[in-house]
Amino acid sequence: MDSRPSEAELAVKILVAGGFGAGKTTMVASVSEMRPLRTEEQLTERSIGVDDLEGVERKTTTTVAMDFGRITLRTGLVLYLFGTPGQDRFWFMWDELAEGALGAVVLVDTRRLADCFASIDYFERRGLPFIIGVNTFEGAKPYTPEDIRIALDLDPEIPVINCDARSRESTRQVLITLMGHVMTAMARR
Amino acid sequence: MSGHEWLDEEAGPVVRAFWLTGGRTASDNRTDLDLMTLVVRTPEPVYGSLLLSPEHEAILDLAHQPLTVAEVASALDLAVGVVRVLLGDLLNDRRITVRRPSSVARFPTTRIIEEVIHGLQAL
Repeated sequence: MDSRPSEAELAVKILVAGGFGAGKTTMVASVSEMRPLRTEEQLTERSIGVDDLEGVERKTTTTVAMDFGRITLRTGLVLYLFGTPGQDRFWFMWDELAEGALGAVVLVDTRRLADCFASIDYFERRGLPFIIGVNTFEGAKPYTPEDIRIALDLDPEIPVINCDARSRESTRQVLITLMGHVMTAMARR
Repeated sequence: MSGHEWLDEEAGPVVRAFWLTGGRTASDNRTDLDLMTLVVRTPEPVYGSLLLSPEHEAILDLAHQPLTVAEVASALDLAVGVVRVLLGDLLNDRRITVRRPSSVARFPTTRIIEEVIHGLQAL
């Protein structure tokens, strides 16, 4: 029998935010050790107008609840990833998701940059440390992290890194960068 | 339901999901079941008064080892709100116990964050 601790369980909660279709579901799935939890809904023709699919290829379902992933770092220390709902009408869920979060990754699709503004505003207001992950989509014009920083009007200390949400290695690097930023933010307090 | 603009057609079958709970959208059990709360089956046999539904049984099968509320919802493919009501039933009947892991965000220390970074590097 394994030695499951009944005490001293520590949970690290990380949010993955960003606009609709920015790659949140993919990023959570790329590192999770469990089947991702998500409630998805087929996009019908009627909802296409609502969700504005311009610039989002081959995405036929949309996340209406949340993505959830787990990484066991050691016995008694578990990292949980929560994808935030990508559509405005699910804003009411954000406060519950952000409760107890240590930090956040805001995924950016450079073709639809404005989609991440709301997430950035939310984390700034809440004082939750976050970093920007620029998800690389084929066919998207490449921008330097500095271009993105200027476009998003970010404070100079907020890390902006390129990533590939499909890649476990890349996502791992994003999380390590976030943890480094959390540590820096703690030191400043 | 007017006034709840997210409860439109695209928001999914909100009403149908709660059919499993007999229409209850909240449990009378007030235990806080957030997404990371761990659920585990009570080890001793329980002779409670609850008439177990297949979904209750499925939760008990899963919860022979501790798992989170979010994982229960994932495994059963049910909305988290529905799972909370079902867990409330099982808590009332003392068939499960719950405990909350400590959130690192509440008392973050450099040592723990370093440990998280090392853990991620070792993946």
